[in-house]
Amino acid sequence: MRNEKFDAIVVGAGMSGNAAAYAMAVRGLKVLQLERGEYPGSKNVQGAILYADALEEIIPNFREDAPLERHLIEQRFWIMDSMSHTGIHYRSDDFNQRRPNRYTIIRAQFDKWFSARVREAGCTVLCETMATKLIKDSNGSVKGVYTDRTGESILADVVVLAEGVNGFLGTRGHLRETPKPDSVALAVKEMHFLPEDVIAERFGLTAGEGCVIEAGGTISRGIPGLGFLYTNKESISIGIGCLVSGLAATMEKPYDILDAFKHHPSIRPLIAGSEVKEYAAHLIPEGGFRAIPQLFGNGWVVVGDAAQLNNAAHREGSNLAMTSGYLAGRAIADVKDHGRSMVKANLSLYKSMLYESFVIKDLMKHKDMPRFLHANCQSFFVHYPKLMSQAAQSFVRVDGTSKLEKEKATSAAFFKARSGWGLISDTVRLARAWR
Amino acid sequence: MKAIIRQRVEDKLYQNRYLVDPCRPHISVRKHVFPSPNLLALTQVCPAKCYQLNDRGQVTIVTDGCLECGTCWVLCGATGEISWKYPRGGFGVLFKFG
Ligand SMILES: Cc1cc2nc3c(=O)[nH]c(=O)nc-3n(C[C@H](O)[C@H](O)[C@H](O)COP(=O)(O)OP(=O)(O)OC[C@H]3O[C@@H](n4cnc5c(N)ncnc54)[C@H](O)[C@@H]3O)c2cc1C
Ligand code: SF4
Repeated sequence: MRNEKFDAIVVGAGMSGNAAAYAMAVRGLKVLQLERGEYPGSKNVQGAILYADALEEIIPNFREDAPLERHLIEQRFWIMDSMSHTGIHYRSDDFNQRRPNRYTIIRAQFDKWFSARVREAGCTVLCETMATKLIKDSNGSVKGVYTDRTGESILADVVVLAEGVNGFLGTRGHLRETPKPDSVALAVKEMHFLPEDVIAERFGLTAGEGCVIEAGGTISRGIPGLGFLYTNKESISIGIGCLVSGLAATMEKPYDILDAFKHHPSIRPLIAGSEVKEYAAHLIPEGGFRAIPQLFGNGWVVVGDAAQLNNAAHREGSNLAMTSGYLAGRAIADVKDHGRSMVKANLSLYKSMLYESFVIKDLMKHKDMPRFLHANCQSFFVHYPKLMSQAAQSFVRVDGTSKLEKEKATSAAFFKARSGWGLISDTVRLARAWR
Repeated sequence: MKAIIRQRVEDKLYQNRYLVDPCRPHISVRKHVFPSPNLLALTQVCPAKCYQLNDRGQVTIVTDGCLECGTCWVLCGATGEISWKYPRGGFGVLFKFG
């Protein structure tokens, strides 16, 4: 391998790396992909919801053999305080379509499958191999990578950095900054196993159907964060993600927060009696549009989580990763087909394709959300959830108090906790950030 | 219906698969007299409880259960308080599900 030169090296065999490697290999490029894990997926953690649309664009017939768990027919959004939840449930038989829109998956299995497709397309995949450093020439152009297999150097016209949220290669190669504590969330997650029919019964599902819960509120103890529970075929993925800066400031233990979430009276019965088979942790990029680094340069492009392409407001990441990887791969193949070199000016094609796609359009739409939620975390993760619970309880409980009195007490409680102006300005600013 | 059992982190990590690279810890804490607030926070925030406070008030690390999340790198990498890298290719945590 030492004297071989590749058209492209892809660092990482996660969602973005596989999409990029696939896009280039099917176009006939000579591609090498490096993965530090024992097998693709062995280092990766996700909730995980797969958005079919992004994958369908790349592998249209993926439903024939991809390891899919359940297709989603119901989504629950919960606001929680310590005893209760107030929620919106959306369930529709429309989601039982021939080609469902969203599925749950198990990343270790899914990544292995995706990687097999990448190999079939003609890419050389080397696992248990870490890229340790970028090779640059005297002008700073990237020419290849060193690996930890006897320090071997491997050369290529272009390096695709698909190395995930920590992205050491690119940060140590001074292509972008290390993620900041307030632009990443730490997620901890457990896999709870239960028989298929028990899961179906508890969530009101029939074979193949799935349900997901996203939950926010006092469970994250005033730290911007969210809990999630996703139904797989024979297991439930349950986890919670909290902003790293918030954890450090409050010195909260992430596993304590997860345990409290699991023991919440609304969650506990859903996972009771399950057997836990794995405990995992991973970071999620939360910085949004404003945290996106330089996306390309001489001899390199960056895709997926490494480029902070993650839509925390909508809990989407893998689809942005796949789409960015796929577009980068296609852009590189286009540059190559025109006989051009992999310099910055030519690789800017990737950026223009990305800006045309939903990836940047969506991130731009929510560019003010991260800042807004961080600045108002006490309101959104402590006060409002409590008030919401009190209001719902007062509405539901029949205790001889007149309805008018109840309404007055509820609005008085809202105004007391957050002055009238605070409430109004929170609403306006939330609407603006969401717009 | 069986209740959910509260587990210690050590027991949680016991469920996981690891290939430990003997005598080659991938993270180390630089010598210090007093830990900075971020370094001290790692004793609480690290999801694998790798960081501990010794009886002299300094932070130490045992990387065996590390989940390779990168939280400590994000909190303490830039200040040089810890040195961080991933384990060698193939070593470290091996998620069965992820
Ligand atoms: C708990 C959790 C829940 C989530 N839930 C969802 C969800 O429901 N839906 C959704 O769409 N997204 C979700 N996401 C986000 C999603 O997982 C990511 O956006 C997506 O995995 C990013 O893909 P990627 O290819 O950029 O990075 P990754 O999938 O992280 O892949 C990076 C790969 O690079 C390898 N690597 C890193 N450095 C090197 C190196 N130097 N040499 C060789 N290999 C290297 C790693 O081993 C890894 O395989 C979730 C994330 C988390 C943590
Ligand atoms: S990488 Fe994560 S699990 Fe490993 S020591 Fe650092 S904080 Fe702990």
